[in-house]
Amino acid sequence: MEVKDIKIKSMKTEDFRDNESLQKYIDELEKGGFGIKVAPLDKVINWGRSYSVWPLTFATSCCGIEFMCVAAARHDFARFGFEVTRNSPRQADVIFVSGTITKKMAPVLRRLYDEMSEPKYVIAVGGCAVSGGPFKSSYHVVDGVDKIIPVDVYVPGCPPRPEAMLYAMMQLQRKIRVESIFKMPKNPENGSVILSKYNSDGTLVTPASETKQIEEGGAE
Amino acid sequence: MEKTLKMIQSVSSSCTKIDAADVMVSVDKKDLHKVCEALYKDGWDYLINLTAVDNVENIEIVYHISKSSDMEKFMVLKTNTTDVENPIIETVSDIWKSANLYEREAYDFFGVRFLNHPDMRRLFLRPDWVGYPLRKNYDNTPNEGIPSKVHDMDACEDVPSITLDRHGEIVENHTKLFGRNEYVVNFGPQHPSTHGVLHLRVSLEGETIKKIDPNFGYIHRGIEKMMESMTYPQMLFLTERLDYLCGSMNRHALCMCVEKAMGLEIPKRAEYIRTIFDELNRIASHLIGWACMCNDMGSITAFIYGMRDREKIMDIFQETAGGRLMTNYYVIGGVAQDIHPNFVNRVKEFIPYLRKMIKEYHTLFTGNPIARGRMINCGLLKKEDAIALGMSGPNGRASGWHCDVRKIAPYAAYSEVDFKEILHDGGDTIDRYMIRLEEIEESLKIIEQLIDKIPEGDFRAKVPAIVKVPAGEYYQRVENARGDFGVYLKSTGDKSPYRIKFRSPSMVAVSGLDPICRDTKIADLIMIGGSLDYVIPCIDR
Amino acid sequence: MLEVGGILSWIHEALSSSCPEWLTLLIEYVLIGVGFLALYALIALILILLERKVCAYYQCRLGPMRAGFWGLLQPFADMIKILMKEIIPLLKNDKFLFFTALFLVIIGSLCTFGALQFSKDLVGIDFNVGVFYVLAISSLGVLGILLAGWSSNNKYTMIGAMRAGAQLVSYELSSGLSLLTIVILGGTMQLSGLIEAQSETWFLFQTPFTWIAMVIYLIAGHAETNRGPFDLPEAESELTAGYHIEYSGITFGLFYVGEYVNMFTIAGIGTMVFLGGWQPFHINAEWAAGFNGVMDMIPTWLWFFAKAFGLVMLSLWVRWSFPRLRIDQLLHLEWKILMPISLLNMLLMALWVTVLVPLFA
Ligand code: SF4
Repeated sequence: MEVKDIKIKSMKTEDFRDNESLQKYIDELEKGGFGIKVAPLDKVINWGRSYSVWPLTFATSCCGIEFMCVAAARHDFARFGFEVTRNSPRQADVIFVSGTITKKMAPVLRRLYDEMSEPKYVIAVGGCAVSGGPFKSSYHVVDGVDKIIPVDVYVPGCPPRPEAMLYAMMQLQRKIRVESIFKMPKNPENGSVILSKYNSDGTLVTPASETKQIEEGGAE
Repeated sequence: MEKTLKMIQSVSSSCTKIDAADVMVSVDKKDLHKVCEALYKDGWDYLINLTAVDNVENIEIVYHISKSSDMEKFMVLKTNTTDVENPIIETVSDIWKSANLYEREAYDFFGVRFLNHPDMRRLFLRPDWVGYPLRKNYDNTPNEGIPSKVHDMDACEDVPSITLDRHGEIVENHTKLFGRNEYVVNFGPQHPSTHGVLHLRVSLEGETIKKIDPNFGYIHRGIEKMMESMTYPQMLFLTERLDYLCGSMNRHALCMCVEKAMGLEIPKRAEYIRTIFDELNRIASHLIGWACMCNDMGSITAFIYGMRDREKIMDIFQETAGGRLMTNYYVIGGVAQDIHPNFVNRVKEFIPYLRKMIKEYHTLFTGNPIARGRMINCGLLKKEDAIALGMSGPNGRASGWHCDVRKIAPYAAYSEVDFKEILHDGGDTIDRYMIRLEEIEESLKIIEQLIDKIPEGDFRAKVPAIVKVPAGEYYQRVENARGDFGVYLKSTGDKSPYRIKFRSPSMVAVSGLDPICRDTKIADLIMIGGSLDYVIPCIDR
Repeated sequence: MLEVGGILSWIHEALSSSCPEWLTLLIEYVLIGVGFLALYALIALILILLERKVCAYYQCRLGPMRAGFWGLLQPFADMIKILMKEIIPLLKNDKFLFFTALFLVIIGSLCTFGALQFSKDLVGIDFNVGVFYVLAISSLGVLGILLAGWSSNNKYTMIGAMRAGAQLVSYELSSGLSLLTIVILGGTMQLSGLIEAQSETWFLFQTPFTWIAMVIYLIAGHAETNRGPFDLPEAESELTAGYHIEYSGITFGLFYVGEYVNMFTIAGIGTMVFLGGWQPFHINAEWAAGFNGVMDMIPTWLWFFAKAFGLVMLSLWVRWSFPRLRIDQLLHLEWKILMPISLLNMLLMALWVTVLVPLFA
């Protein structure tokens, strides 16, 4: 199907068609002599990781229904190897924050994120998760999950179409493929690998010091 | 109606009739309990809704009541307290069980405390939240602070309540929710089968459930407060986000409420289209309900089948309205655009397709001995309990309660079609399960009757550029896929409402979990939850 | 020609001609160990792919498509991913038991796997009490699961573990009894002896009671592998992930793999005991000699794997179309239905063997 021109103020149509910029960016940096070489072993590992991203079953509201549609027969994210939805955060790789996050839910989400094992990713699905969406002016809604946890891919929409979510998954795969697992910073406390992630204000996110307290609690 | 009025007046001298058309009665708060008791004895056993309104100089509580034996009867009872600082009103939760949660909600939003109510905890907001958000003097600018600690999920939560002592003084009592030695498990807020972010604290004895305490508010988005500063067309947008599975129907309720208040005449074409859309939406919702229930019972294939067939409806929606889950299609005065030329054909193709598929569902799941063994005689809800809890909709009808708003107070094109209100009388899980599949077939019948008869003409009435609702109070009910959905609207003649409240059929469904699930097993809790088919954002609003 | 036995004896001769005996044995043992582990992993990978593809087709989906051609490399991707995941150390749990549990599960599953006889001459362990060994060693897994749930210090895992304990212990009775029924028929406990006894006709076609035993065995075996409709210990929609909630990374991966291989092991034992193991299908009649000859052409390991995977498919079919049982129904099914039937069945089989067969013979 031919994609028509998309008219959105903040984004040009070409940007929607651009899928390779991440890879290009890495290539460019490599040529410029920066040592972010993705080693052959990394390539194999990243290939494996990118095809086996297991989502946590997590949905708070409307967008969750579209997430279920992605899992179902027509859109079927199993094609990318995403279908093993785990209910335990310990075993999940990605959390699809689909739905509004309220102030009561925010600490729970943070705790879930902390319970997940590294390497972990976050996809913010829908206007609510991206920025508060239609509820931005509410007294009880967190305007954007990036205030609580670092987000890897944003999917706008209210709710986003399942195709948009599939696109987000593919973007995440691309992102995974240019990571280097052996050059990751290590967590000083337990020596586990941390993927460098940045908060919206540019500071490096370290697994919160709350982790300790959280692990005491066990899973939800 | 006159009789009822006389009866009330004989109980309480303070009672005054406010409105001539609807029966709207105001009583003094001293006499409230007496009047309610008398009403209950008179057969007014169904409390539809309880709303608190902050009128700045006083706080008003509005009760919408009806009779289960004669559902067309409908009355509004009001009481108020002028003590705005420390409002206290007597509880009616001992008369109508459904008032329990409504009163807790009123406490949470308005700070009204109910005398003799057993459980005056906050319902939605965190226990440490400051202020009562729906008060007019509450500063609702989104504040920055995001709490970082998970609030106390401790099992022995403190339950405050207020009673009068011997001398007529108000005393505060504190009890504990669970005993120290109980084995309490948290189900949720993140749990695959709570259908959203419901938090259930379940006290267990082995696998047997002893007590359930639902904890709401994880998806409380403050919709009602936001709407107070929105124009009516803007508000429509949020109604669909309440109960996203029957978005169109909720939107229909608000549209009708505003249209009636404004005295707008809706073109026939729009009414027909709306009815068809409503029914398609109901089918989609029931399909998800069915699918999720099967999933909860461990049959993932059935889940995928339900979702697969739902996609067909999404296609139809998408072609005409542009949206899939949120159609954003109804507007005040009609619908947003005319139907797509393919619409009629698509719907006609869909009807036989789904009929065939429903047969398949029955072979796949209904006939399965394991499924039957689990559902039959499990999770019994008696008719009286359903009424007392206000559990209308498919859940109530499964217990034999005639409560279909489409029959009681027909709206849109429902008076012109011939359909059956499905009633079962067992009230167990399989009844609730079957009723959904049967209602899908009824809905197909309705659509079949209407699809060829969509009249020509306008699809939208002429509406003034700025929608203003004349001052007054309005209540509009529709039957959405979960039951009796209502909109209470109080307007001062402005372009945004003074107070708006939605009656959520899901809330009553969750309040039924505890009585239904006692002494069943964990697996049953999950299954019964699936069969009640609640949607959490509709509860939390 | 297609049999592996030739290769094995060639290796043995090559080794013993160049090394002293003890070294030959040592090298052989190591080789066998490595070979078994490789086979174990390979079967797990195949099963993971099979399950995901098959379940996708039951559900009108496509299943994995992108990792390799037609998604064939999907399990490898999963394996790489799981190996790279962090293993989360918990603070307040019994670390020793937490990891011991894992090894118990894996050892139990591996040892049972070792008892399978993949072809005429590809046999790992062949005790004279083979059936007894299988029954004994496979219950090691229960212990592991119980410990896993208990040591995680989490309420969900605890409930999962308790369910697992109740379920596995009770279903082991039925599966054990139905295996014993066959032992009565075959007159030996040695697995190779049982297979030998089926060279003419498979046990399945020898008596009607074998059918009953087989159905019971399959049900009980299915329950022992914790798969739907008996997946109560990990009931996804009830207990989120059951007894292994707290395990992450490869520790979870081992549970995951163990579960799949157990499924194969159960199917394999079923194959050996009821369907003749690696024995080709023979029709016991004069006219069918040609047919039997053709059947003999097919290598024996292919027979074994074909039958075992057939049973696995059956199990997948059940898994993906049935809803889950409730714990009391589950126990009811075992103690009030399957157990009495299998006891009776055993009695009848004993009568058949001791009274009826001599009578007609
Ligand atoms: S973005 Fe829209 S559809 Fe998604 S959760 Fe928010 S309101 Fe619902």
